[in-house]
Amino acid sequence: MLIDVPRFIESEGPYWKELEDCLRRLEIQQDWKMDLTDLKRFHYLYERASSDLAKISTFAAEKEIRRYLETLVARAYGEIHEARLRPHRFSPLRWFFRTFPQTFRKYSRAFALSCLLTLAGAAFGGLAISFDPGAKEVLMPFSQLQMSPSERVKMEEENKTDRLQGVKASFSTNLMTHNTKVSLLTLAMGMTFGVGVIVLLFYNGVILGAVCLDYILAGETKFLLGWLLPHGVVEIPAILIAGQAGFLVAKTLIGSGTRNTLRMRFRMVSSDLVTLAGGFSCLLIWAGIIEAFLSQYHEPVIPYSAKIAFGLIEFLLLVLFLSRSGKGVPEANVSK
Amino acid sequence: MYQSSRTNVLVIRTPEGISFPLLLAGPVARFLAWIIDAACITVGAIVARFVFTLVGFVNEDFAGALFVLCFFLISVGYPILTEWRWRGQTIGKRLFRLRVMDVQGLRLQFSQIMIRNLLRFVDSLPILYTIGGIVCFFSKRAQRLGDLAANTIVVRDLYLQEPDLHQVLAGKYNSFREYPHLAARIRQRLSVEEAGIALQSILRRETLDPVARIDLFQQIAAHLKSVVEFPQEAVEGLTDEQYVRNVVDLLFQKRTNPSL
Repeated sequence: MLIDVPRFIESEGPYWKELEDCLRRLEIQQDWKMDLTDLKRFHYLYERASSDLAKISTFAAEKEIRRYLETLVARAYGEIHEARLRPHRFSPLRWFFRTFPQTFRKYSRAFALSCLLTLAGAAFGGLAISFDPGAKEVLMPFSQLQMSPSERVKMEEENKTDRLQGVKASFSTNLMTHNTKVSLLTLAMGMTFGVGVIVLLFYNGVILGAVCLDYILAGETKFLLGWLLPHGVVEIPAILIAGQAGFLVAKTLIGSGTRNTLRMRFRMVSSDLVTLAGGFSCLLIWAGIIEAFLSQYHEPVIPYSAKIAFGLIEFLLLVLFLSRSGKGVPEANVSK
Repeated sequence: MYQSSRTNVLVIRTPEGISFPLLLAGPVARFLAWIIDAACITVGAIVARFVFTLVGFVNEDFAGALFVLCFFLISVGYPILTEWRWRGQTIGKRLFRLRVMDVQGLRLQFSQIMIRNLLRFVDSLPILYTIGGIVCFFSKRAQRLGDLAANTIVVRDLYLQEPDLHQVLAGKYNSFREYPHLAARIRQRLSVEEAGIALQSILRRETLDPVARIDLFQQIAAHLKSVVEFPQEAVEGLTDEQYVRNVVDLLFQKRTNPSL
């Protein structure tokens, strides 16, 4: 049996149009809120279109109408069956001071793993450079690190001109964007079941350990601390947080200890991942500014003690921020 | 409820008992859309370079910094912003009628857009989205790694125009319309598949070989005559093709005479 398609379109067409108008409005005006009457009508129109689709699929061979109704029902389905909470108006301050530290603490074990891997890399790099100073070229592929630490310190301290004169801002933004890209790559490497994250964190640790031990063995610890602490105390934790996010991705992908499907698992952590990515990006912006405008200036321009003190204060504040901020406040935005 | 019935279609079943397919976009269409998006980003960067060159006359360092920042924001932020504002579409996707959707057909969330775009960093490795392309090619739902993590799919966006049924027989006299009781009977006795065959034969008639066309319409007309027989005066002088066309007109064409 076939339905009378022309009559069917004549009678149902106006309802489809009404539903389409409603959907268009919902898509254009994202913050449009329907009242109860509109909602009831919208639901009625959706059910009517669904019923029409069932009829046309069963009793008619008109592909165009069927495809049209399928698209209409698909769009309405997305609106009607969406049960996830709509994110409320984004408040940057609330997000930074509450959601971000809460999310960070929620996955503290992943952060600890990041730290351990970086420390392991640093130990390896330190040992390598102490046993085989010739490995410097391989371990630290950066031109300014190739010279002997003492020579560099002498050169920096005797330098009467500002090397970064006229390029400070662009140097700073280059650092910010480069570090953010590396951190985002670390997060994304979680999709390699964490292998890529392990490699990146370990490699970072190797460079860090090699540089530190190279300067310590040369008796330039004060210079090293004055040079690295002001930006490093923020930059390194930011990269560790990127590793934390990468491990979260890997854990979600592997899914051990849970019966949820892969889709469910990713749905549960998606907002946390975005929060961590946003958080470490903010920290890297700060680190980039400090590195360009403070870290690259040494004695006699800025006393090492002042730089070290600044770095330690920063570190203390960062520790307090990540461990205390937003504590005792309900975890409204952190996905469960 | 959802299932992948074929490699390029995702069928969503609603609690209302309705199912509808979403046509999945393959790696080639997506790559072409990406080329357009890459071109847009390049154009954006060129414009930014020009603007900041002008700013450079005032402060070169500041202009350089702004350009680096602007390029980073354009390259990372462009797909995020466009997909969020245009409900899963970038300029490239719009041109190729593609759209990012939630894998369950639900509304796309901002975190999903962020994740699928942040994971581009691994999908694009080592060059030109090789990893993403390979994963997408072998994925049941044509998803790259970013899509897998974000629970998104890229579908081919269908035209949302109201169907035009006047294409079949606009303005031609149909002697069968004089017999509404027979028209009702043919609607009752004919199956959906039979009606579909008749419609498709009319729509595709110009593509048929002349001999095959005569043979095909002869067979279809014979079958239709066996279902319902119209009086001799109604079929007088009609070819087999005209016979089929008149039946298709009865089944699918909008009435021109409201009294019928």
